[in-house]
Amino acid sequence: MSDFSIVLANLFRAELRTSLMLVAIFFAFLIFGVLAGVQNGWDNVGNTGADNRLVTTNKINFTQALPISYIDRIRAVEGVAQVTYANWFGGFYQEPRNVLVTFAVDVPTYLDIYRSDFALTPGAEAAFLANRTAMVAGAKLAEKNGWKVGDKIPLNSNIYTNKSTGKRVWDFTLVGLLEPVSEDANPDFVLFHHKYFDESVTFGQNSAGYAVLQTVDKSVNAAVSQKIDAMFANSPAETATDTEKAFSKAFASQLGNITLIILLVVGSAFVTILMIVGNTMVMAVRERTREIGVMKTLGFRDGRIFRLVLGESLLLAALGGLPALGVAALLLERIRKDVPFPGLELAPPYLALGILLMLTLGLITGLIPAWKALRLNIVTALGRQ
Amino acid sequence: MGTLIDIRRASKRFVKGRETITIFDKLDLVIDEGDFIAVMGPSGSGKTTLLNLLGGIDRVTSGEIDFADARLDQLTESQLSGWRAANVGFIFQFYNLMPMLNAARNVELPLLLTRLGKADRERRVKTALGIVGLADRAKHFPREMSGGQQQRVAIARAIVADPRMLLCDEPTGDLDRKTADEILSMLQLLNREMGKTIIMVTHDPEAARYASRVLHLDKGRFIEQEAMA
Repeated sequence: MSDFSIVLANLFRAELRTSLMLVAIFFAFLIFGVLAGVQNGWDNVGNTGADNRLVTTNKINFTQALPISYIDRIRAVEGVAQVTYANWFGGFYQEPRNVLVTFAVDVPTYLDIYRSDFALTPGAEAAFLANRTAMVAGAKLAEKNGWKVGDKIPLNSNIYTNKSTGKRVWDFTLVGLLEPVSEDANPDFVLFHHKYFDESVTFGQNSAGYAVLQTVDKSVNAAVSQKIDAMFANSPAETATDTEKAFSKAFASQLGNITLIILLVVGSAFVTILMIVGNTMVMAVRERTREIGVMKTLGFRDGRIFRLVLGESLLLAALGGLPALGVAALLLERIRKDVPFPGLELAPPYLALGILLMLTLGLITGLIPAWKALRLNIVTALGRQ
Repeated sequence: MGTLIDIRRASKRFVKGRETITIFDKLDLVIDEGDFIAVMGPSGSGKTTLLNLLGGIDRVTSGEIDFADARLDQLTESQLSGWRAANVGFIFQFYNLMPMLNAARNVELPLLLTRLGKADRERRVKTALGIVGLADRAKHFPREMSGGQQQRVAIARAIVADPRMLLCDEPTGDLDRKTADEILSMLQLLNREMGKTIIMVTHDPEAARYASRVLHLDKGRFIEQEAMA
């Protein structure tokens, strides 16, 4: 027998009570683990993208379009190596809940700028360029939807009506698949020709949702941004130019302060658990006053008694928390298969934070009963006065 | 046999509210190694407090207590813990076993305070349970045993670390006559065969007959000493 055996035996002496506490801790850490994965995904937004890529949007906000004529003027700015443009299509496949990240893009320039991020399957680029109603899709996305190259794919838009049919269903031919080239690229989206888009929409012709430009070097980014925005100052469509990373962050922040939401949810769960487990531990140790007195009578020193009680709450936190983090990691892996959200995983810093939270929970809930046990007077504990 | 315990002018007072209660006032007592002493007296006479002082779980307000070469009244709390682990075995009226540990583990508890390895500890536990006749109950939990069996486990726990002194507080107070006699015979055996010094607090004159000396305590004073046959 060791001290650990005593801790274990004490912890499971009231199996139902301990099981309930374990379940409570498990769910608190499961919530933490899953939300930490989401937060990690959020942290990753804006970490992708080349350093010398800038995005120009309408200064009002990115939902307002830019005149297509701006593209050539931007291309002429000193320090700009390449420019492309794109429109958000608002696409979905069959059901509105099956949202597809879909862009109408200027194909030749778009592929040129993003060649370092993803590549098309061999032969697909020529087919894409040649066919006006062609589309390409991320390989994982195609697999998920059961698409094969050569399939006719009807995509719906929740924004644009195709004026040739009068419907919001747009027909495309899948001509190629996108595979990531760089480690952090995640081409889980659909691209099709901006020309087809521009000719077919019922409003907003001759406009681009936003422009992406490649500078000759990241050192000229600031100067190029200033020049572009100055060029369109006081025009009907003033621009805001920033790095692609900053753009991605700003785009993501439109969905709300995810970090704050996660913090509030996790915080509430932990405060509740802290009160439940803390209170239960105090009661559990109080019930054992006489036994603690006996152990001290036998010669167990105060410090050892303190460690035994504290060890119990630490073990409780670990037994509830560690499996929860494991299940959270598995859940995130499962979700990642369905949701194109890179970084949706329990990354090492969040895993470490989870373990730190476990330690903190164990220490906070165990400190008061452990301190009381340490201070317990034998004569009082045994009722021998 | 030499002197094991020497209590000199020991006083013990409690402060309760504005009142100071004197339990002992300048008490003297000498106990030789190998004695089996029964302490009797009415409730509130100071029997349990005397046992607490002898066991180093309470302190005198003034006076001195020598145990062999140690001055108990001068030891720190931590030193007293070590001293208790090495020198004293406790037997309580209500056994005070750990309910979540089986008999063997309850007996092993004091050995966790020694430097003995696992194999040595197991051997000693087996021996101690054998002495009290419960070798076959090693895996049983307290709730699975009768009062008499639990008290035997408590005795095994008290002797497993081979202390010089056993302090027993009403060890048969919760047992029927037959079982009480078995327990008392066992204590007598430990005293006679293993040389353990035993101090036993009891209300039971029958139990006191097993002792070699009976001390009658009243209002913090020994009013009578009686040598038994």
